[in-house]
Amino acid sequence: MTETVRPLETAAHPQGLRRIVIDPVSRVEGHGKVTLLLDENNRIEQVRLHIVEFRGFEQFIVGRPYWEVPVMVQRLCGICPVSHHLAATKALDRVVGGWPVPEAANQIRRLMHYGQIVQSHALHFFHLSSPDLLFGFDAAVAQRNIVGVAMAHPEAARQGVMLRKFGQEVIRITAGKRVHGTGSVPGGMNRAVDAAERDVLRAQLPEVLAWAEAAVDLAERLHTGLPQHLIGFAETPAAMMSLVGPGGAMEFYDGTLRVREADGRIAVDGFEDQRYRELIGEGVKPWTYMKFPYRLALGPDAGWYRVGPLARVQNCDFIPTPRAEARRQAFVAAHGGRPVHAVLATHWARMIELLHGVEVVADLLNDPAILGGPLLATGERQRGGVGIIEAPRGTLIHEYEVGDDDLVTSCNLIVSTTHNNQAMNEAVRSVALQYLDGQTITEPLLNHIEVAIRAYDPCLSCATHALGQMPLAVTLRNARGEVLDHVHRSSSGDTVRGTGPHPAEAAL
Amino acid sequence: MSSRVAPLLVFGWGNPSRGDDALGPLLVEQLAGLAQKSSGRLECLTDFQLQIEHALDLVGRERVLFVDAALGLQTPFEVRSVVPAPGVSFTTHALAPEALLQVYRNLERAEPPPCTLLAIRAQRFELGEAPSEQAMADLAQALAWAMVWAGLTEEVPA
Repeated sequence: MTETVRPLETAAHPQGLRRIVIDPVSRVEGHGKVTLLLDENNRIEQVRLHIVEFRGFEQFIVGRPYWEVPVMVQRLCGICPVSHHLAATKALDRVVGGWPVPEAANQIRRLMHYGQIVQSHALHFFHLSSPDLLFGFDAAVAQRNIVGVAMAHPEAARQGVMLRKFGQEVIRITAGKRVHGTGSVPGGMNRAVDAAERDVLRAQLPEVLAWAEAAVDLAERLHTGLPQHLIGFAETPAAMMSLVGPGGAMEFYDGTLRVREADGRIAVDGFEDQRYRELIGEGVKPWTYMKFPYRLALGPDAGWYRVGPLARVQNCDFIPTPRAEARRQAFVAAHGGRPVHAVLATHWARMIELLHGVEVVADLLNDPAILGGPLLATGERQRGGVGIIEAPRGTLIHEYEVGDDDLVTSCNLIVSTTHNNQAMNEAVRSVALQYLDGQTITEPLLNHIEVAIRAYDPCLSCATHALGQMPLAVTLRNARGEVLDHVHRSSSGDTVRGTGPHPAEAAL
Repeated sequence: MSSRVAPLLVFGWGNPSRGDDALGPLLVEQLAGLAQKSSGRLECLTDFQLQIEHALDLVGRERVLFVDAALGLQTPFEVRSVVPAPGVSFTTHALAPEALLQVYRNLERAEPPPCTLLAIRAQRFELGEAPSEQAMADLAQALAWAMVWAGLTEEVPA
């Protein structure tokens, strides 16, 4: 194994540089921070994206009765609680000997999950990313938000909200509640779908499908219309990992793991989810709380990979719904059949997935199995289990062990943002190299960095509403560790410069 | 998406498992318990975060009360009117109430109903913690105010 040093990750001569300490002292725990180090000639020596991980989560779970876990884990993340809900129950299905779950339960869970994909993707594209693409990276801050989109493109904004609402309603009729759903339990489901509620959503499908098609149109149009200099924005060749279904189909709820190399070759295929620890290790670095997952076969330096829409759309061999498959083929053709690693293409891929999600929801709403039948399975009890699903942002892994007293004795979570940790760092470095302008951090630079990070839709938050916010601080230091500039964007959107870094960062 | 909605909406947000962040949902939950005989005039909703689709929950209301935990308050709770404001929210998954009202205005092409924010004093947001004793005491005072707002009582109990 050849050990490589990631370019710009660590300065060659770090003596005299300050050590950055992340010390989340406010409720803004989802805190993204980029540090840049310059040499005497203002050349970049080091770029790091620091993210505070979801601290204490495993400890939050350990010691609780296993049957509480699918509900409790929803409180880890207010952005995608359903993903945690289902990953946890899939893992605990194994514990209660209830895997595979009955057909009705399987279909209802799938419906819930694809509803989550739809609502999350709609939120991300219309709320977070489309402003950058519609108005440009350099547009006024006041315009680059959902309100700006709603004012300038009211119909697109409305469709985004309605798609989001539709996905939320799918979740509600399957999980039982708008939030804190209890529908999925170890071994299956505790409720079926009410036919009247099903019919309300089914009646909306023609319109919702049209909105989803329009969303792909918009994403494709925005991407293909990018200025030439942004086509390769933050391009970071990376291996791609995701679940796939039978025959290499795109699959979000259950499947086997596939890894495709950056050049398009399949490296690992058909890897059973219960054995993920034989495929993936978790590295640590002293400058961030978030771990760095890697392929064990390649080691921590070369084994990093990307998860999420851009990986999934290219990792699968086909999408098993006709409209989204046609869009996937168009995506592939538009790139000449070559692997795509430009992060802005993620938005196009995300909308293809949204369309797929709506198609799957449509199929499942027409499946009578969701209305009832056996919902629970039991069998021989097991010590532990693994649940892997494709959450909106990428592969999500839950693993538990449960004692004879029914209490959880160990818990390991690898969330999508953690899988993408190295990929996001690489993207930020690419942007910093291309756009950093001497010693002055400009507002456009700050947003260029954010745009690259935002393409991954990192879930820096976990569950308090303030934690859903993404303040970002950029600190520029020279080789002696002196702060040359500091720009901070608060969670309220205010950009403040010259205030100095957080006291914890200033400490040696 | 219902054609008939309760004229009064109380909407609280926060994470029930993060200490004082639970105050918003807790108040709404307690108010809902007290409002069971309100003849359908009051609807109580909660969520983890304020999101864009919640603009649709405001449609058809006479009045709306938002409830949230807030840092930095000197009093047990504060009350203020909320009006639409563009540019309040950026790079966030969650919206400020002002931004939500702006989304409403743009989507519905109409002014939102009168909205009030009830902010309850909060201090700690640690995962797995219950709200502090102080926060629960503040919650009780805020609840009394909310009962008046909702027409469940005529005056704030002593």
